[in-house]
Amino acid sequence: MTERERAGARGTLPVRIWRGGADGAFQQFDVPRRASQTVLDVVVHVQRHVDPSLAYRYACRVGMCGSCAMTVNGKARWTCRTHVDAVVAGGMLEIAPLSHLPIVRDLVVDMAPFFDKWAAAKGQFTPTATRRDPFAKVAPASPARRAIDATIECIGCGVCYASCDVVGWKPDYLGPAALNRAWTLVNDVRDGAGVTRLRAIATDGGCQCCHTQQSCTRSCPKHLSPTASIAGLKRLVAHAAMKGTL
Amino acid sequence: MIDATLAVRDESLRAVRYAVWRFVLQRGSAAVLALCVVVHLATMIYAVRHALTAGAIVARMQASVAWPAFYTLFVVAVAIHAPLGLRTIVDEWLGLRGPVVDVLLACAALVLLGGGLYAVASLTA
Amino acid sequence: MRARALPIRRNDVRARGHAGYVAFVVHRVSGIVLALFLPAHFFVLSRALSAPAALDGFLEWTREPAVKFAETLLVLALAAHLAGGVRLLFVEFVGWRAEWQKTALAIAAGVAVACALLFGLSA
Repeated sequence: MTERERAGARGTLPVRIWRGGADGAFQQFDVPRRASQTVLDVVVHVQRHVDPSLAYRYACRVGMCGSCAMTVNGKARWTCRTHVDAVVAGGMLEIAPLSHLPIVRDLVVDMAPFFDKWAAAKGQFTPTATRRDPFAKVAPASPARRAIDATIECIGCGVCYASCDVVGWKPDYLGPAALNRAWTLVNDVRDGAGVTRLRAIATDGGCQCCHTQQSCTRSCPKHLSPTASIAGLKRLVAHAAMKGTL
Repeated sequence: MIDATLAVRDESLRAVRYAVWRFVLQRGSAAVLALCVVVHLATMIYAVRHALTAGAIVARMQASVAWPAFYTLFVVAVAIHAPLGLRTIVDEWLGLRGPVVDVLLACAALVLLGGGLYAVASLTA
Repeated sequence: MRARALPIRRNDVRARGHAGYVAFVVHRVSGIVLALFLPAHFFVLSRALSAPAALDGFLEWTREPAVKFAETLLVLALAAHLAGGVRLLFVEFVGWRAEWQKTALAIAAGVAVACALLFGLSA
């Protein structure tokens, strides 16, 4: 630590950080505690000054990319946007990788299953027009567009997926993020996937699995509500089934 | 532009429809039960507040065809709703799923249906 | 039939201590209690036809305070499952209003407790 860093320190903070794979364990470090310190600052400090073998992810460190999502004192959060002072419990900080995703090493998880489910839910736009067609006219105040606007800002950070217990209990469950993205697309008048997407999100691991626990809504760092999106999907699916159009 | 990946295989479509119909039946029976349970709670609270004896309750049940009709509907809705609910719990908390589980729960549904209809008949005969 | 164990970590109670989750647990536990209770309930009622004297004897037993208390808990379970279920039907089929969720949960809890008290204090 530099002289300046030492001068700014306000004592030390005991931090337990997960090391290894799924069969790993917590390792304790003592980290200098500073004002306005974020959990990401703590992790970076450990890797740079204490143990260079610590594996973790981050990119923007300003709350835009979602790469730094980890489990902090039991809850999934963006570590760059989590002040230590706000979450320290019993004078202790516990940092673990995101739940429900295969652990690569230490704080790094394999996001592939998360994005595979995104694709399985047909979470990609299916175009119907070509560049020679005129622009689609979508009224911003229409209910469908408002429904999209309320929840389009998802950046795929995985916090909701890690927070959802149904994901943990049912490995096939598509999860809140994939279903939330599917909701934005079923409401998009330009999209052509139609009933194919409805079938994709109505499988055994589809929207019916949601129990409205709202852990996703509560934990989303962008304040989206996958619970509301999934409720909308349930309505669409049930109506389609009863009309015989599924 | 037709994308070949938009096609869904027949067997997975059957699985989707099975999953969706389970959901529709669960929510449909829930709506029916919402009304039935309100009536049932009201009658139980009434019975308890007026200290009705078993004989008095049975007499009231036999006085009108509405009661056996109501409780028959109640039993049918429960026989659909409870096994479907248990199916989810057994899947999520015990990790048990598949055709064997479905068959066992269908048997549970028949047991509930039979037991419930017999109970209604006993009280209204 | 068991899902293979994945190399993942799972959440603990710290991720679960919020209203929506508590509502889920209440709904599930009350559902399990009611599902287990029903066969016994049908059996007892069916004795009205096959063994009326035994039914009367059984009903005498239910006047015991401990049994009355258990009955009140069953009424609480039924009312809680009903209230929570109606909330879910509303969320899923009438529409979601984020600002109403906490209110809806409070109303559901209130209705359930009121029913149980109406029953238990009259018994």
